[in-house]
Amino acid sequence: MALLSKKDRALILDPLADNNPITIQVLGICSALAITAQLKASIVMALSVLFVVSVGNVVISLIRNIIPSKIRIIVQLIVVAALVIIVDQVLKAYAYELSKQLSVFIGLIITNCIIMGRFEAFALANGPWRSFLDGIGNALGYSVILIIVGFFRELLGSGTLLGIQVLGDPITKTGLYAIGYENNGFMLLSPMALIVIGIIIWVQRSRNSKLIEEH
Amino acid sequence: MEHLELFFKSIFVDNMIFATFLGMCSYLAVSKKVATAVGLGAAVIFVLGITVPLNWLLDQYILRDGALVWLGPEYASYDLSFLSFILFIATIATMVQLVEIVVEKFSPSLYNSLGIFLPLIAVNCAILGGSLFMQSREIATFGLAVNYGISSGIGWFLAILTIAAIREKIRYSNVPPPLRGLGITFIITGLMAIGFMSFGGMLTGGEEKAPEETAQVSKSTTPVLNQNISSENDVSAIQENSETSQDLLDTTNKKIN
Repeated sequence: MALLSKKDRALILDPLADNNPITIQVLGICSALAITAQLKASIVMALSVLFVVSVGNVVISLIRNIIPSKIRIIVQLIVVAALVIIVDQVLKAYAYELSKQLSVFIGLIITNCIIMGRFEAFALANGPWRSFLDGIGNALGYSVILIIVGFFRELLGSGTLLGIQVLGDPITKTGLYAIGYENNGFMLLSPMALIVIGIIIWVQRSRNSKLIEEH
Repeated sequence: MEHLELFFKSIFVDNMIFATFLGMCSYLAVSKKVATAVGLGAAVIFVLGITVPLNWLLDQYILRDGALVWLGPEYASYDLSFLSFILFIATIATMVQLVEIVVEKFSPSLYNSLGIFLPLIAVNCAILGGSLFMQSREIATFGLAVNYGISSGIGWFLAILTIAAIREKIRYSNVPPPLRGLGITFIITGLMAIGFMSFGGMLTGGEEKAPEETAQVSKSTTPVLNQNISSENDVSAIQENSETSQDLLDTTNKKIN
């Protein structure tokens, strides 16, 4: 890894676990929960956020010295909104069904707190390359949680992964269904997303006791 | 009647927190104390009540397909809806600034209680989400848009108030250490969302499921707005469904045989 110094590598790897944007920094929850009933939607959402955070971080970092600090929120919002419009149009052109399914949640990337949080906390104070890495790292941390939640919800809820039946066919009773297994339709409902994230936080914090909060 | 229906639907059935998870970030961050939660909740109602109708006007007269026809017949074919994100967020950001200035000038006491929360709100997903849902649900009139904004704000307020009260009490309970703070809040919110799902049958008489997935949210909203689904239609739809599943069973049986 000659390309990345040790510090740069930390920028990417830290948000994956011990400084995860969702479970530790509590950012970007809104969109993380609503679209995770299916793995495919989670992956598309994760990729969209990856694009918006990394490119947005670079843009903000490049213009950080000429933004007047009083109106920086509006400047940041405009940059994000422009990037999100690109994502939205691309999705509408190449994955229309999926973009219908994600409905307003692509638009809501604009107000995803991870993005504003990274702009404020990192891109305004660092150079473009480091900001880019930071954006990638945080988006990956976000993606990990999204994909874990999407994986469990789709597997347990409808017995499929990416639309492919992996546990056998519930109608012809093959695979697991032959011995009486049933899909837990409750996993597809929104409250379960919250509970799955709660469990992820539980597992993560019992493995690393430094992260435990005092109420 | 239409108004009353939308009002209760936005508060209970399509509650911003429990059904669509909008504004989760500030919901989790500012719900440690009831007093601050009330302040933020009030600010959300206020801002939603202003921005949703404003964005409704923008959507109706500038953005949607053919909306520019008031400029002259040659503009009838313009569709600017791809610009809606940028226009909505710009409206929200400027309105929040404007509201802050006006409130500071005319009501210092209100400013003191809402003041610190107003800048936070510009990036609250609930505000932009309100406008985007207003657009995708095709709210029909200006009055309904005002109603929608205020009632979804009230729903949000209710959610943050209850979770703040629970979090104040839960300090006296013996929560497993790794779950303390964030973890238990997530799980409680999940349980509350399950509770709120029971409101799903309130307006539809239990015919329709509560909006649980994004796909269904966008589909289910239009029929509920013009709430004239005759029961006969429903019965026939159910029959059709059972027939198709019967067909499926038949074919599978044949395959097995």
